[in-house]
Amino acid sequence: MTRRFALHSVTKKFYLGLVLFFLYAPIFVLMVFSFNESRSRANWEGFTLDWYRVLLNDPAIARALRNTLLVAIFSTAIATTIGTFAAVGIDKLTRRARTLVMGISRIPVMMPDIVTGLSLMVLYLFVIRTFGFGRMGFGTLLISHVMFNVPYVILSVTPRLRRIDPNLYEAALDLGSTPIRAFFKVILPELMPGVFTGALLAFTLSVDDFMVSFFTTGVGVQNLSTYIFSQARMGVSPHINALSTLMFLAILALMFVIHKRDKIHAKRMKERMDVI
Amino acid sequence: MKKVILAAILLAAIIGFAGCGNNDDDVTPHANIDGGDTATQGNEGGSDAAAVTLHAFNWGWFHDPAIEQIFYEETGIRVLFEFYPTNQEMYNRIVMQGAEFDILFPSDYMIERLILENRLAPINWDNVPNRAHLHHYFDHLDFDPQGRYAAPYKWGLFGILYNRTMVSDMQESWNMLFHEDYAAPHAGNIYMYASARDSLGSALRWLGYSHNTTDLRELHAARDLLIHQGPWVRAYLGDEIRDSMIAGGAAMAQIFSGCAFFAMSENADLNFVVPREGTQLFIDAMVIPATTRHQAEAEMFINFMLRPDIALMNAEWVMYSTTNATALEMLPQEWRDMQVFWPTGENYERGYSFRDLGAFRNEFYTAYNLVLMMVGG
Amino acid sequence: MIKRAFAYPYIIWMVIFIVVPLILVGYYAITVTDFYGYTTFSMANFRRFFTEQVMGNRVFVSVATRSLRLALQSTLLCFAIGYPVAYIMTRKEYSEKSVLIFLLLAPMWMNFLVRTYAWLTILERNGLINNVLMRLMNRDTPVIDILYTDAAVLLGMVYNFLPFMILPIYTSLKKMDPRLIEAAQDLGAGGFNTFLRVVFPLSIPGVVSGITMVFMPGAATFVISNLLGGRQFFLLGNVVESSFIQQGDWHFGSAVAVLMMLMMVASMVVLSFFDKGENQGRSAMI
Repeated sequence: MTRRFALHSVTKKFYLGLVLFFLYAPIFVLMVFSFNESRSRANWEGFTLDWYRVLLNDPAIARALRNTLLVAIFSTAIATTIGTFAAVGIDKLTRRARTLVMGISRIPVMMPDIVTGLSLMVLYLFVIRTFGFGRMGFGTLLISHVMFNVPYVILSVTPRLRRIDPNLYEAALDLGSTPIRAFFKVILPELMPGVFTGALLAFTLSVDDFMVSFFTTGVGVQNLSTYIFSQARMGVSPHINALSTLMFLAILALMFVIHKRDKIHAKRMKERMDVI
Repeated sequence: MKKVILAAILLAAIIGFAGCGNNDDDVTPHANIDGGDTATQGNEGGSDAAAVTLHAFNWGWFHDPAIEQIFYEETGIRVLFEFYPTNQEMYNRIVMQGAEFDILFPSDYMIERLILENRLAPINWDNVPNRAHLHHYFDHLDFDPQGRYAAPYKWGLFGILYNRTMVSDMQESWNMLFHEDYAAPHAGNIYMYASARDSLGSALRWLGYSHNTTDLRELHAARDLLIHQGPWVRAYLGDEIRDSMIAGGAAMAQIFSGCAFFAMSENADLNFVVPREGTQLFIDAMVIPATTRHQAEAEMFINFMLRPDIALMNAEWVMYSTTNATALEMLPQEWRDMQVFWPTGENYERGYSFRDLGAFRNEFYTAYNLVLMMVGG
Repeated sequence: MIKRAFAYPYIIWMVIFIVVPLILVGYYAITVTDFYGYTTFSMANFRRFFTEQVMGNRVFVSVATRSLRLALQSTLLCFAIGYPVAYIMTRKEYSEKSVLIFLLLAPMWMNFLVRTYAWLTILERNGLINNVLMRLMNRDTPVIDILYTDAAVLLGMVYNFLPFMILPIYTSLKKMDPRLIEAAQDLGAGGFNTFLRVVFPLSIPGVVSGITMVFMPGAATFVISNLLGGRQFFLLGNVVESSFIQQGDWHFGSAVAVLMMLMMVASMVVLSFFDKGENQGRSAMI
């Protein structure tokens, strides 16, 4: 019995390893090729660190990175705020109104990204042409990211709302708290895990997005995705591989730190439990 | 979950820090690689200058990135480049999406269309004295007959790049791609160029028609030829053909001469031929869209690009034929003797320009899309 | 009630940025503009999609068929590969679980274009796989030649969408009470029977949201088919992209987008028979 179980667990490990290898193979490849001397991706021509120097001195990619992060941070903050308040409000709507609003909110989640992107582009250009002001740029890019992020926040926060005791809020009001204050003191703390989940999801999706950015950004505002896409036809330059390598190492380091902390945490918890 | 958030924020902080580190908008792109202290000089040069930023729209990396910093140091004007893969995409970006650039690098027939639609601002040549360095080939431009809008930047021919180790029966003809006897043996080893006018144009030439045809039957014959050729084709690619040919990814490919030259310099087995049925001779020129708010600065940049030393840098980087006669003289003799860099005689005679086709142009894009939909099987 | 008012700004936002854009796309889909710029209502875009023929083939219909086929294949593959991963993950220690989730999400932090592009280097005729295999097998011709075929497109889809299948299934499996399995086994059910009758039915909500996250993106991509398919495997996403970006024909592009939306609605209706839960889409990931 134990032997069979052991074999089983080896198979499982092997399978997991295989899938992770599949997911990470391209990442390893681009890491290796970030040290390749040749400008083309075709051949290995020897080791160099030049691409890292090029990367650190490339203002275009720094701008793209900055735009990606700015959009991700701002859109996450805005979407989280809008989404959290909206979730609370929607919960109090009449049943039919709630079903309708939630149904519409779910559209951007289910809709193919390309449709989200082009429908927003059509909207922006319609407004720009009809009213003759504004143009596509950072603003439209940011609005678009907020637009596709808000529903995720709402969907993450809503389940938490079910757990809140409605009497708490009423009690706070009875004790003379303003509704806004009651919201921040009573409801929000309860929602926090859902808010965090929504924010993380929003941030990740914003960083990863290409399609929506592709359709809704304007002149002079490229993020990493659109910058890389516009270059991809000539081959991704090795210094973009260098950037990816650095990003990957940063993520890896973080994961390691978290994992360590996690283990210590778990150990302490266990000790505490033992004491009790 | 909180830990993951923490991770997210920390990561953002790290990346943000890395980003900000060189994001003062004053850092050199390439000058730094050669000498450490040029960056600071750049700062001084730029600090007192007017904060104008030009937005340029070019084909991929078809300029030496180092010139951006040189221009900035000389004038305090920053040029931000964005890239497009085809003339058509450039057009839709600026017209349908209303993108406001200050300098574009379209090809001849697209410039003709932009002029026709009143989308370009005439260049004040008094601000562009370096125009005098242009080669006499460009004294008269069919697409800009009055010479008001376009400053030629690079030119070249469309042709076939093939690998000598894989192709024994070389022909200076589109037969290599379309004739059953020559192409079918190389099935799965042929790259076609992913652009409507170029791929259909070569098919039209092989069929004996003009690549500026406005006859729907001729166009459809070309379309059907490409569909018929589909099973022999490995892929429709853009300029990434270059890298793949260097790596031996296919036996032959449609390609523009500059990319062919680059590929040949990396892989000695490669060679470029100009088909005798005729092919496209293109001129890409710098133009200023009418929507610009920085006409004078854009003219400064054009003048800068036409300066011999800058034109030389660009020619050496992109490896396309330069339009600059003075820069041409400064290039090594081997380059000037290469037909792929400076086509002469028979090869030059085989080149014909694309013209704008008016309302008929959409037929080309429709036909091309149908080809792409059909060749995948 | 003040709390209800919290929703009003969002509802205005929602109407402007979700409803109005879709109405505009719908408007473009049912109109055409002629060469001189006159716009008229017409179903010509849809008619063209369903009837345009070249050499006896209805081209757009065959593009749609191909998109659905590839999307379906990639969904099935993601399910077949991803379900065991999710299942194994639920049996792991807590700290290992969080590492695994992170490992699945981490690639998303790197640009998906760069990752997809790296497959070119791997799959090329002289690429990594062939280099290794050719040496091992002592051959001088490529062993695996799938780049620029539909197999490569499929691989790209599975590669990009696999985590979106694993994570929702994992989430729904995680919620399951382990005592249910013990109970089933106590009642004499074998390992396979327990899985089929107890575990799998309970994970269906996760499977359903996994499917919705893998299926439509597959049919709607244009980057993967361009990069790994050599532009020869036009999908519905390519039709939309080329209509908007290359040809500037918003009307036809919008019509195809509307058809994609209809497909999405249809697939949701079908899937809703299996899943009554609310946890749909990417929100089910965490």
